[in-house]
Amino acid sequence: MEGKTFFIDLTRCTACRGCQIACKQWHKLPAEKTYNWGSHQNPKDLSYITYKLVRMEEVVDKNGHIKDWLFFPEQCRHCVEPPCKMAADDYDEKAILHDEATGSVIFTERTKKLPFDEIKDACPYNIPRQDPKTGMISKCDMCIDRVQNGLLPACVQTCPTGAMNFGDRDEMIKLAKKRLAEVKKTYPKAILGDVDDVRVIYLFQEEPEKYYQFAVASLEQKNLLTRKELLANVFSPLANLKL
Amino acid sequence: MTNHWIDLKNSDCILIMGSNAAENHPISFKWVMRAKEKGATLIHIDPRFTRTSAKADIYAPIRSGTDIAFLGGLIKYILDNKLYFKEYVVNYTNASFIVNRKFKFKDGVFSGFDPKTRKYDKSYWKFELDKNGNPKKDPTLRHSRCVFQLLKKHYRRYTIDRVAEVTGMPKEDILKVYKIYASTGKPDKSATIMYAMGWTQHTVGVQNIRAMAIVQLLLGNIGVAGGGVNALRGESNVQGSTDHCLLYHILPGYLKTPKASQPTLADYNKKYTPICHDPKSANWWHNYPKYSASFIKAMYMDADLEEAYHWLPKLDDGQNASFLVIFDEMLKGKYKGFFSWGQNPAAGLANSNKARKALSQLDWMVVVNIFDNETASFWKGPGMDPEKIKTEVFFLPCAVSVEKEGSVTNSGRWMQWRYAARKPMVDCKPDGDIICELFEKIRHLYKTEGGAYPAPILNLSFEQWINEKKQYDPHKIAKLINGYFLKDVTIKGKTYKAGTLVPSFAYLQADGSTCSGNWLYCGSYTEKGNMAARRSKAQTKEQAKIGLFPNWSWCWPVNRRILYNRASVDLKGRPYAPQKPVIQWDGSKWIGDVPDGGWKPGAKYAFIMRKYGYGQIYGPGRADGPFPEYYEPLECPIKHHPFSKQLHNPLSIIFKDDMEGLVSCSAKYPIVCSTYRVTEHWQTGVMTRWQPWLLEAEPQLFVEMDPILAKKKGIKNGELVIVENERGQLKAVAIVTSRLRPFKVMGKTVHEVGIPWHYGWVYPKNGGDAANILTPSVGDPNTSIPETKAFMVNVRKI
Repeated sequence: MEGKTFFIDLTRCTACRGCQIACKQWHKLPAEKTYNWGSHQNPKDLSYITYKLVRMEEVVDKNGHIKDWLFFPEQCRHCVEPPCKMAADDYDEKAILHDEATGSVIFTERTKKLPFDEIKDACPYNIPRQDPKTGMISKCDMCIDRVQNGLLPACVQTCPTGAMNFGDRDEMIKLAKKRLAEVKKTYPKAILGDVDDVRVIYLFQEEPEKYYQFAVASLEQKNLLTRKELLANVFSPLANLKL
Repeated sequence: MTNHWIDLKNSDCILIMGSNAAENHPISFKWVMRAKEKGATLIHIDPRFTRTSAKADIYAPIRSGTDIAFLGGLIKYILDNKLYFKEYVVNYTNASFIVNRKFKFKDGVFSGFDPKTRKYDKSYWKFELDKNGNPKKDPTLRHSRCVFQLLKKHYRRYTIDRVAEVTGMPKEDILKVYKIYASTGKPDKSATIMYAMGWTQHTVGVQNIRAMAIVQLLLGNIGVAGGGVNALRGESNVQGSTDHCLLYHILPGYLKTPKASQPTLADYNKKYTPICHDPKSANWWHNYPKYSASFIKAMYMDADLEEAYHWLPKLDDGQNASFLVIFDEMLKGKYKGFFSWGQNPAAGLANSNKARKALSQLDWMVVVNIFDNETASFWKGPGMDPEKIKTEVFFLPCAVSVEKEGSVTNSGRWMQWRYAARKPMVDCKPDGDIICELFEKIRHLYKTEGGAYPAPILNLSFEQWINEKKQYDPHKIAKLINGYFLKDVTIKGKTYKAGTLVPSFAYLQADGSTCSGNWLYCGSYTEKGNMAARRSKAQTKEQAKIGLFPNWSWCWPVNRRILYNRASVDLKGRPYAPQKPVIQWDGSKWIGDVPDGGWKPGAKYAFIMRKYGYGQIYGPGRADGPFPEYYEPLECPIKHHPFSKQLHNPLSIIFKDDMEGLVSCSAKYPIVCSTYRVTEHWQTGVMTRWQPWLLEAEPQLFVEMDPILAKKKGIKNGELVIVENERGQLKAVAIVTSRLRPFKVMGKTVHEVGIPWHYGWVYPKNGGDAANILTPSVGDPNTSIPETKAFMVNVRKI
């Protein structure tokens, strides 16, 4: 399969949030007005001006002792067969574009006219967000402008630890599988998320549901059965959790 | 760092203690992760489970300020189980040295203590000398007064039970860490320590580092790849500023500040030039007069050496002019004016309310910064009445780092040149330009109006700092720091013309024929060019094995990337760890890194900067004892600890006025508190709080606490609470998290909370004020660094 792919090795992520800030910087996105809500995770959620967010989850053992602090740099997965586009095409084929060379899924200004709920529900990862003022729907664009000019996406460029990787899809899948084999020795539950279906492949050291409700598509489908499941028939839960 | 960032990847075991490297030195984790991939164990010891702990193989909780108990126990464990690297210990450390009979240790105090002055007479700790004046040694390590036996005796008290009782660390965690760390005593294994302010900002800060240095020497982990004692510096150029010695007690290159009791250059040199009669000791500081003369000539190029020595400022004997003392004296009205340059003491200095009040005693203050801050605006801050404050404040906006050309020296001692990326904004100037303009004005005033002792100002070789356009010139400064020949000098048959740059510090002279602004940096800007600007990845096969890039930037001293590297080989020059050799003798020369002196293997002792040439397990030069000893922080939760009757470091720096508010073991303030940083902000936040994206990620002052404490206090996660002690009060958002946990200390439950010190009342609104409002102005006797990492507070609902 061609195009580009991210490989995000969560065993290496230190939640420095360089990626979160670099994304804002490159896209010239304004800061949100936040407050400390009893967590370091901030903003609390993705928004139409926050495309990349490092989620932080504490895992506590039965004695109440901290066992793990899991970090999940969340972004659009750039699905190989993007269900958001399938949903959008019913209304306007130019609202959501699917770049052939990279596989990037791009929301254009014409998303303003799309029914937001349908687009949102189509996404198994709960990614699209809408600007309440303009109605435009937005999310990660794979830094398509950078990538087309031979640069790495801003989040990948800034990552100090090698958690964020980006390149040709076959190479990234090879790297992901190699890392999985290594990491399994330390983390027997390690798993790659939705390898065949997405262009943002996460390597989880623990069960994906511990990171975030929508970490992998199958989880979401387990939790919520909506019409997007029908639309996004491409996702087969068992096949997605291949080792 | 004795080593450097890339070298972390060579380690078999990385201990992060007194540091939260993943958050505060994020790039370091590039190399930590490489080490882990090769099988290294990562250990994090900290009161809090942080983003660093999240990546560690072992996390062990410890109560703030109890590190010496833990490290003393580790020393005992290594000795009891004979896990030390004996050949290294005998050949390269002072373990075999015999200490004189006057050295004693009783009830937490060493011999020679004067309770009135709270100082030690260090003559009690001297080595026993032979007829040539060299320390007597027993290489069998059996003599009852040899360092090795004294070490054993000293740490006999540091049992696992006692360590657990004091630190609150579970016994099984202690043993697990000891076992893994001590396993690197094998010749081909190495372990490293990454530490930062969590170790230094204590009344036992220096002894924390000393304790670790002893561990590393016992295990043969100094001088080797993946080893060393590595201080992670908290600012991009704090290593550079340390090397150039902006602190009061040292001059550039770690030369001592002259004292009033040293009236001549000869007196001064005599006092600070060590003499050793052992021909095998390189005793590198015997070159002191060359470095002091070259420094003086860099200041006053045309003057007579002796006369110019008089122009250097002198300290009174026994004078402490450290930051804590300056502010204490400022509070007493002893200063008229103050330059707050690139700093924010009203938020950054321990006991900020005291610092803020001290500023109000000034006639004037000049603030040089890129943003408004709590210092510049102290007069309109909380509790201040602007009408009653006499201090006149001037604010000079300056250029930011990327607008200035010059060098930055990183933690690994790499001097890296950088170019100005853009011009400063209108009316903002680089610091160098501000200093030059200021100096010219001051000089003009002395010229036209006279004044007390104008010679030091009027004779300064200021022309060396500026270009033809009379502007500050970073290249000329860098060349002056490197140094020039001032006369034609012939060395080993080669003549160096006056005006040429000195190739290395080995060429510096004591007679005034050379100048060098900082001998350690001699070799950084030579006739070959600006070495710090080099960006070549060229390396030899041996260098590639351990990630050495000798042609990338330049490193002091003489581009040596790993300090004390002669200790990485045996007496024949064979690397102890052949798979990761730092240097090796190929039969005719050394290959790999630049060796610690080019002598043949075994010709000189390995630790060339020490008078006797040995690594110091026994350190008789420290103010508070030759061995680290356990003391509680000045504010602590327990009245007794199990190691001695001496509760606190008897030499701690303390002040007596009504703003100190020291309270220990009180039901009013029963909770241990520590301060720290987060990735998203920097220092007092002057640069980062104004950055919307960073503020978005960490918007407000918070206080992290364990769920049991929160429940006891009726505090809910995310709620605004009060953190307070006698020095002040803060409002902070409670983060209730299992990443903190209560400690069992001497049979009782002790809770610990933590607050970041990035915030201040100026901006943002409702962001919270400075954590240092709560920290005490007490200090370490060696460095005067404040104890901001362990003190007592209470937390309550609003």
